[in-house]
Amino acid sequence: MNDFSQSLQLIAAEEVLTVGGLILLLAAAWLGDRSSKAISIAAVAVLAICAFIAAPTLGEGLMGPETVAFGGQYTADAFAAFAKLLIYLSAAVALMVAPGFFDRHGAMRAEYPVLILFAVLGMNMMVAATDFLTLYIGLELNSLAAYVLAAFLRTDERSAEAGLKYFILGALASGIILFGMSLVYGFAGSTDFAAVRFVLSGPLSTGALFGLIFVLAGLAFKISAVPFHMWTPDVYEGAPTPVTTFFATAPKVAALALTMRVAFGPFGAQVDAWQQIVIFVALASIVVGALGAIGQANIKRLLAYSSINNIGFLLIGLAAATPQGASAMLVYLFIYVFMSVAGFVIVLMMRDADGQAIESIEDFAGLSRTRPGLAWALLAVMFSLAGIPPLFGFWGKFVVFQAAVSADLIMLAAIGIAASVIGAFYYIKIVKIAFFDEPVDRVAPVTQTSHKVILAVACIVISPLGYLLTPWLGSLADKAALALFLIV
Amino acid sequence: MIQTITFYLFAALLILSAVFVIMARNPVHSVLWLIVCFFNAAALMILIGAEFIAMLLVIVYVGAVAVLFLFVVMMLDIDFAELRAGFVKNFPFGIILAIVLLAELVLGFGAYRAGGLDIGMADGTAAPIIGESNIESLGALLYGRYLFLFEAAGVVLLVAMVGAIVLTLRQRSEVRGQNIAHQIARRPEDATYNASPETGKGVRL
Repeated sequence: MNDFSQSLQLIAAEEVLTVGGLILLLAAAWLGDRSSKAISIAAVAVLAICAFIAAPTLGEGLMGPETVAFGGQYTADAFAAFAKLLIYLSAAVALMVAPGFFDRHGAMRAEYPVLILFAVLGMNMMVAATDFLTLYIGLELNSLAAYVLAAFLRTDERSAEAGLKYFILGALASGIILFGMSLVYGFAGSTDFAAVRFVLSGPLSTGALFGLIFVLAGLAFKISAVPFHMWTPDVYEGAPTPVTTFFATAPKVAALALTMRVAFGPFGAQVDAWQQIVIFVALASIVVGALGAIGQANIKRLLAYSSINNIGFLLIGLAAATPQGASAMLVYLFIYVFMSVAGFVIVLMMRDADGQAIESIEDFAGLSRTRPGLAWALLAVMFSLAGIPPLFGFWGKFVVFQAAVSADLIMLAAIGIAASVIGAFYYIKIVKIAFFDEPVDRVAPVTQTSHKVILAVACIVISPLGYLLTPWLGSLADKAALALFLIV
Repeated sequence: MIQTITFYLFAALLILSAVFVIMARNPVHSVLWLIVCFFNAAALMILIGAEFIAMLLVIVYVGAVAVLFLFVVMMLDIDFAELRAGFVKNFPFGIILAIVLLAELVLGFGAYRAGGLDIGMADGTAAPIIGESNIESLGALLYGRYLFLFEAAGVVLLVAMVGAIVLTLRQRSEVRGQNIAHQIARRPEDATYNASPETGKGVRL
């Protein structure tokens, strides 16, 4: 166990984020909205510093007592570092694509990067939480910033509606998690993950089981897994697109990492109690995500259903309840972040000559003839999301199903694969519209270089070239998963 | 003995003032009775040795919540006579609700006395320091063991504040605020001049 000064060193990334956020907040207050671009750049720099702090932890695969800070409330191990790096990456993208979007609406405010930084701080605490209190405060910090970000386009009715919906349902989910936590605390007598795991290692009492279920239900809300997914399409559609890009990536990574921590930490000795719940949620998410997407005419709603679908595949790795499953989830998460970023950057680039956003799928018709670059990128993203082999998205699904099969969940894997075929239908439908329909030629040429660069990088990662990353990615994910399964 | 007397004194005053909260005709009086109510509750907390909660009651409830109520009552034009008009109609529902609450209390106490619930033992991390007041025990925990979370909770409040301002503050061009520096910098010679208008010509302003 570390003393106070060592603990402060372990939370270096959080300190950088907090101090950076506070300084930028002051800058935002004094310099006003004109400086929002400079503040965004500074915020990306802060995230880069944090990434440099977190990277060695992952590279060395640190775990065990020397990574535990503040008497077990916080753990800066390799698992947390893996999730943190993905979060920094997603947040940086959300910062880089924002000025172009908000400037067009005349709504770029200097508080946007500051709120993103504080949301990242909350997510950092979530992925490193080894105490229910840290979990809750991190979750709340992230959620509060997210509610404001969803409603950031104040003049837009849909954005305000998204913010309000997200707030009400998010508050409900927080209440459910708190209720579950209080039950677990009542029956375990501690909020510390290791202590709860120790107390709950025997037969589970009904009260503690209720606590477990409520905590998992609340977390399912946050990762938008079926049957707690209803808010996702509305919020994704209504929120400003850069914010949706953020929602689809960073908080998903954080909430999933948190779910893994909770499932394998305090409830690690009770796999039988939660495994069937996770199996149900995984299958329901895959099926509902695939079927719900079919009727959608709005690309952002469609991507929302696609993210529900992907969460289902990710949860298959959790249902396996093995280090291999956890490692597979992390690999999938990595690929998922790049697929989502590419998908939403394409949505951001879809603009007509007046600069109005094009969100209707019909307007993609004949994109291959009018804007071939964008169409091929769209094809890469859609095929990758569908998991069609030469693209990297296939690898994520492959490792997850492999983990499920080696954990003897063959039925789960079989149903999952069958449902992914249903999912492939609507991905391929978009490709068909873009490549084979009569062109409507509404999409204007893209001018922003930053969007092009981000899209190019993301597309290279999800292209077959991504397979070059697999040995490196696999070893990092294995290190992170080992840290997660270490019993202190 | 003296403890028992004090308890009954404060408890009786608490119930009495609570009754006055709903009986008072003037809503401002209701809020004032509510404050009396909070003070008596705080006194009861001191009696059982929970002086921190007593202070919280006074600071948070009397200092903030009750004053907020007072503001709302005074600023909103609510016709309380009209609100009360439904009293007789809703009376049966009120009675049913009261019975439900009473049944819950009885059930709760019954379950507590049966003692069948096997809950966990506290792990001792939050145990009070022997011989110290509970304010010091809480302080030692909040600023010692839970310092990290305490600071993080501060950031949560900051984000809430920033969020509220971001969503509601808008720059209005038609509002002319006071610019003190501008006012001070203004010299008499900028603002006044001597004029000697000719008879029947008037002044140009």
